[in-house]
Amino acid sequence: MTPEIRAALLQAETDKRPLVLATRLPDGAQHILPSPDADAALNQVAARALETDRNETVEIGGTQWFLHVHNLPLRLFIIGAVHIAQAVVRLAEPLGIATIVIDPRPALATEERFPGIAMMQDWPDEALDLVALDARSAVIALTHDPKLDDPALDRALRSPAFYIGALGSRKSHATRLGRLAELGHAPDSLARIKGPVGLPISAVTAPEIALSILAELVSVRRGSTLTWVR
Amino acid sequence: MSGGLEDILSQVSAWRDQGERVALATVIATWGSSPRPVGSQMAVAESGRIIGSVSGGCVESAVAEAGLATLTNHRPQVLDYGVSNEKAWEIGLACGGRLTVFVEEVE
Repeated sequence: MTPEIRAALLQAETDKRPLVLATRLPDGAQHILPSPDADAALNQVAARALETDRNETVEIGGTQWFLHVHNLPLRLFIIGAVHIAQAVVRLAEPLGIATIVIDPRPALATEERFPGIAMMQDWPDEALDLVALDARSAVIALTHDPKLDDPALDRALRSPAFYIGALGSRKSHATRLGRLAELGHAPDSLARIKGPVGLPISAVTAPEIALSILAELVSVRRGSTLTWVR
Repeated sequence: MSGGLEDILSQVSAWRDQGERVALATVIATWGSSPRPVGSQMAVAESGRIIGSVSGGCVESAVAEAGLATLTNHRPQVLDYGVSNEKAWEIGLACGGRLTVFVEEVE
């Protein structure tokens, strides 16, 4: 790895710019992709690698290239600066998941409660309109308050977010689905919401509930067949 | 969730800035029950410092030796480890998997 490539990788990380490092095997020549100077076929496989978030070795014109994806972290938007949210942000950090806590209630959304965590004090629907939810985004509604949770879930369902969850009992989830249906969401769309959120591990404490939520998020992200438990 | 590459790179850069010579090993393919995914990295410095992992412990010492060799001859290497490989078996890849590692010098 040349000093130029190393510097470019570190700069892209600072700039939060996704890229693919392509290494020619076995001689080790490297390119940062996408690049206007690179071979079109190479740019094409790099674009696919970024999309699938998959590191792999590919063969192009008889030459082997290892594609190493440097994607941005997944983003987890947490509605409700509540106790469980405090546990979720702590557990998400080592998983490489960026957390953003959204709560318009000034008493809860404080730096003291969420040191160093990105926070938005907007109403959830307005906040989610600002952040441009994409296929690398997840949204969990933790407030138990339909005034806050429903607008967030409405926006999440209108986005390609890969994971959407809502805290609450089966009964309150059923009534929630009824309200969201009135907003025009079809049953197959509503089925995207994991409710009650998290894998059924009989979690009791806030860290245990955070674990069940993040375990389910990972299982969805990795395409695990574990989701049959629902 | 892309595997901690950035952390390794930052550490490698810090070592380089301290004047250490550093080799970087990256898992480029796996088969069977290899414990670490493709893209996992391990760096070894000339002084013997190691960060990261490529296999969960089975082949790290062999990869570290290969890294030091790359620092001497300045040649990248592609290394195969697996149960079908007699040498690798001696090294102890008992998990039943197979993996390929690319080793390069970080300038």
